[in-house]
Amino acid sequence: MTTDRDLEAAMAALLTEAPSALAPNILAEVGLADHYARIDSPIGPLVVAWNGLGVSAVEAAPDAVAFEAAHLVRTGRRAYPAEHLPDRLAAAIGRRLDGDRRVRIDLDLRGHTDFERDVWHKALEIPRGEVRPYGWIAAEIGRPRAVRAVGTALGHNPVPLIVPCHRVVRTDGTIGQYSLGGPANKRTILTSEGLDPDAMESAARAGIRFVGSDTTHVVCLPTCHAAKRITAAHRVPFRSMGSAAAGGYRACRVCRPGSGAIAA
Amino acid sequence: MDTDSPLIAALAMDLDRSFETLVHAHQDRIYSIALRVLGDPSDAEEAAQDTFVRAYRALATYEPSRIRELRLRPWLATIVLNLCRSRLTRRPDAGRAPLSLDIALPGDLEPRTADGYGPAARAAARDAMAGWADLLMTLPPTYRSVVVLRHVDGLSYPEIATALDRPEGTVKAQVHRGLAQLRTALEAAQRREHEEMTA
Repeated sequence: MTTDRDLEAAMAALLTEAPSALAPNILAEVGLADHYARIDSPIGPLVVAWNGLGVSAVEAAPDAVAFEAAHLVRTGRRAYPAEHLPDRLAAAIGRRLDGDRRVRIDLDLRGHTDFERDVWHKALEIPRGEVRPYGWIAAEIGRPRAVRAVGTALGHNPVPLIVPCHRVVRTDGTIGQYSLGGPANKRTILTSEGLDPDAMESAARAGIRFVGSDTTHVVCLPTCHAAKRITAAHRVPFRSMGSAAAGGYRACRVCRPGSGAIAA
Repeated sequence: MDTDSPLIAALAMDLDRSFETLVHAHQDRIYSIALRVLGDPSDAEEAAQDTFVRAYRALATYEPSRIRELRLRPWLATIVLNLCRSRLTRRPDAGRAPLSLDIALPGDLEPRTADGYGPAARAAARDAMAGWADLLMTLPPTYRSVVVLRHVDGLSYPEIATALDRPEGTVKAQVHRGLAQLRTALEAAQRREHEEMTA
């Protein structure tokens, strides 16, 4: 005979331990922790961290333990390893790295200044296969004198590759620093995006900052997609926007070369 | 409940610093409620996750004074049961017991082996648990929910009345009716086993 007490004891025994992934999943979903997984990139395997608010870190981490420790120090949040990125996020990052800027990737940029966010948002506008000078970003966000601070903000970019800080180069045309493992990686990524860093630098050394077309009389930054279409016969190099203007050239409305010139 | 008072105070002061404590303190009971009402572990895990995510988002909008007045145990129970209910409505198949003939007879709660700790004893306890869980799934969702809150989670009748926003008397009657149905289902299963053995 089963008594009420037996039934109640049987029910009490149905209390079960929650799966071990439950707490990490909850904390990550509300943005109090992160998940992370490895992805491949032109510069080798990277660690991507994300939570319910968006992607929070992209890093060349030597190993999981080092990444978790560094992430905790930087963000105050624990990072839990995941097998792989969620499918949608992996697909979105893949498309973004292939140059599709329309694909939406949410970013978790809590804990950073408005200035830093402005710089990163502006960098997001630079198309794949093109570069802009630090001074261009400074001018475009309305802080033309903050060129050095722009460089620092790009160095603090927590989500390199997704926010393409590798597409921002020094105002003198040299490649400049890169937070994701140094300038060599920056060259590799730019090359993978169809640019020739050596040619860019030698043109810059020769004093060429802008390129115009003698048929349209429009002047561009050298990597603007409009500039790349100018055939050799009609290509006119300029050292400054002043000399271009003197020659009757107007600034391209897409790459807005004047922004860089004002700041430089 | 009293054990939640320091947690409530901490949540009111700094939600982000203390939310993890809330998750660890309540995850087993919330997952168990979801599991025993829905019957499926992955459904239950999702419902439990949604429960805490909703709780966090609600707490983030509450004034500290409102948080200090919360009674966490019934409050979280309300959220998880609402989520379970909408899952059951969305998928009418979910949370319904398999044909009652397939239900294994719950075994003894007391381990049969002498020491009570061997693998055989653990397996027996696991079988017993699965049998009881299946029996519970034969109850209609309303009775199942109150039986789970009262006897799996251990909420008091006043707490259940708060959680479900029903009079205490109604809740008591539903728990008793639920247990009676459970006993009927158990006896039916016992009879079947007896018939099979004597057939």
